[in-house]
Amino acid sequence: MATGTAVDVVMPQMGVSVSEGTVTKWLKSVGDHVDADESIVEISTDKVDTEVPSPGTGTLTEILVHEGQTVAVGTLLGRIGDAGAGPAAPPPPSGASVAEPATQAATDAATTASSEGDAAPGEDRVTAAEPESHDGHDRTFVSPVVARIAAEHGIDPASVPGSGRGGRVTKKDMLAFVERQQGATPAVPAPEIPAPAREPASAQPPPGPPQPEGGEVVEPMNAMRRGIAEHMRRSLDTAAHVTSAIEVDMSKVVAIRDRLKPEYQRSYGVNLTYLAFVARATVETLRDWPWVNAELRGESIVTHNYVNLGFAVALEGGKGLIVPVLKHAEGLNLLGMARGVADLAERARTKKLLPDDVQGGTFTITNPGSFGTFHGTPIINQPQSGILGTYAVVKRPWVIRDENGNDAIAIRPIMNLTLTYDHRLVDGAYAGGFLHDLRARLETSGEADY
Amino acid sequence: MAEKTYLQAISDGLRQEMRRDKRVIVIGEDVGVYGGAFKVTLGFQEEFGPWRVIDAPLSETAILGGATGAAIMGMRPVAEMQFADFISCGWDQLVTVAAKQRWRAGTPIPITVRLPSGGGFSGGPFHSQNPESSFAHIPGLKCVCPATPADAKGLLISAIEDPNPVLFFEHKHLYRRVKGEVPDERYTTPIGEARLHQEGDDVTVVTWGAMVYTAAEAAAKLGDLSVEIVDLRSVMPWDREAVLASVRKTSKALVLHEDTRSGGFGAEIAATIAEEAFEHLDAPIKRIAAPDTPVPFSPPLEQAFIPQVDDVVAGLRELAEY
Repeated sequence: MATGTAVDVVMPQMGVSVSEGTVTKWLKSVGDHVDADESIVEISTDKVDTEVPSPGTGTLTEILVHEGQTVAVGTLLGRIGDAGAGPAAPPPPSGASVAEPATQAATDAATTASSEGDAAPGEDRVTAAEPESHDGHDRTFVSPVVARIAAEHGIDPASVPGSGRGGRVTKKDMLAFVERQQGATPAVPAPEIPAPAREPASAQPPPGPPQPEGGEVVEPMNAMRRGIAEHMRRSLDTAAHVTSAIEVDMSKVVAIRDRLKPEYQRSYGVNLTYLAFVARATVETLRDWPWVNAELRGESIVTHNYVNLGFAVALEGGKGLIVPVLKHAEGLNLLGMARGVADLAERARTKKLLPDDVQGGTFTITNPGSFGTFHGTPIINQPQSGILGTYAVVKRPWVIRDENGNDAIAIRPIMNLTLTYDHRLVDGAYAGGFLHDLRARLETSGEADY
Repeated sequence: MAEKTYLQAISDGLRQEMRRDKRVIVIGEDVGVYGGAFKVTLGFQEEFGPWRVIDAPLSETAILGGATGAAIMGMRPVAEMQFADFISCGWDQLVTVAAKQRWRAGTPIPITVRLPSGGGFSGGPFHSQNPESSFAHIPGLKCVCPATPADAKGLLISAIEDPNPVLFFEHKHLYRRVKGEVPDERYTTPIGEARLHQEGDDVTVVTWGAMVYTAAEAAAKLGDLSVEIVDLRSVMPWDREAVLASVRKTSKALVLHEDTRSGGFGAEIAATIAEEAFEHLDAPIKRIAAPDTPVPFSPPLEQAFIPQVDDVVAGLRELAEY
């Protein structure tokens, strides 16, 4: 039963719009034993970084996609063989072997594009295993029917664009290719056609990375960085960004937090942060200012009767930024909010977020205040219409009115809040109204209001 | 031509044959006075008398042994197992005697064994099985599994006519759920000939019995995919040419049955496709079948056990995307 059972590890589909992912780290080496569901490889997509659980129990026999390489969803990353099995032997040559030269070139190009190309020869076993991984690469698996049609028409399947899983050339791709070729040059005998088609494939290698000049280090962008770059640029190209700021006296919040914090920690193990208070007040305030919790969809304004609240979370070591979403935040009390924020942040940092956790947001809060910054102009998370920035709570001399009605200077904990809004939908007065109400809530709400 | 239920088509076909041919007799548990557990032979004893519609003792051995003996003496018995599951009690008479008699002694055994089979109604482990593959494996036995009322009548008459023992698997779930046009006159549906339930170009589904409808529902949910459904109708002998022709056209095959997976008849079909149509395949042959356990009683568990429309949708999608 166990004879010859190899389990494939493939690049998983991490959300509907994600089409590729980058292998960031293999957690197992070739020859290591791995249990089913044990984390085997770390991957990174433009939506989420995650660990891939092993689809089976056995020995990791092959690593086909190395760290730093970006491949399409469904691509074979590695293979797990029976427990105790050695590295898999290269498959015997078959009709598929006509695909070899082009595949080799493509794989070489991919390797060069990654940092792998810099590795010293024979440096580690990953390098040593490479020739096998080229032979066994599943991207060019040729099905029996495709092999037959290819042989009948003298076509190299590698020269046919594939629409199947992982770019596999399907029978339909093959038949369409044959039809196009026959339509194009009906007089030429079929076997001669592929020759010119094969030429350009090897003559035009994909462009390599820029060569570093003196003192420079050149490294490839990972999927997350590319995703951030693309989203940020697209948002600025889409929305008319305007930022308004307001100062909030956080005295009441500080007092309530000081009272509740030990109790939350003791009873629920939850760290009660200022962010939880701001999030609660924001959700309440959004109800009265629905366009701040809205989006422009074509010619339409789409408002929501719920708040899916995104929180921008920085990953450790400057590795990037992710915005997990707390769904239906309007249904959460202060405890639920604090717990939800802590859970999302924890899972973001430990790469345990699911694709669903980063989708469907209607409004976002970003909190750079933990670094002491007091102002910023964040970029809106498309397709939303606003993003709230929260900044450091600092003690400031503050003009208040004393019990006798006289102006006095007091020491008060002050927090700046910014609302960056899309002026296509939200006007300045509307944004000001939102901020005014949000401040009022934070300055006047008692414990029972949270 | 009239619209009839699957059950009515079987009942009417059997009555028609009994009126036409005095050698046709019915034997089984409660088939006479009571009219059969599912009322297929209701009114038969009044019309044909107790000598041709025989209430047997509670012994499948006696029913199948008696039918075999009667066949040797020139009759054309139609034996009813109250549930297909109970046939195991009569294994020896059927497999050791009836299936071998023609090879041993040259005596034809023209018996038909009616087998109400299949699940979907919380009948549990003793009243829900689809044991066709166990008997398809026995040389000397034929197995038919009609899906439509017209095929039920036509195959029943072919079974009665056939000089060999024929196991007639009638799916209980179809009895009153499926209706269709059934010719009034006598006709036969050839044993071993498949029926194209629907034509398509992208994927072939090979199936039989109630799963034909599961496959059709699944195909209807996938509007963009052109699915060809081959209703095998007979699993032994089975229509290899029809299956191979369809697979050569679509290059992708899904074999679907309600019986359990390992050693189910789908394995034989998948193996034949791999042997005979290998160079036409564009994807691995996929099987969808029940898991290798007895049929559960609990409705949610039974749903998880019997292949459902969504399972087939997922399987078809997987093949389409391969």
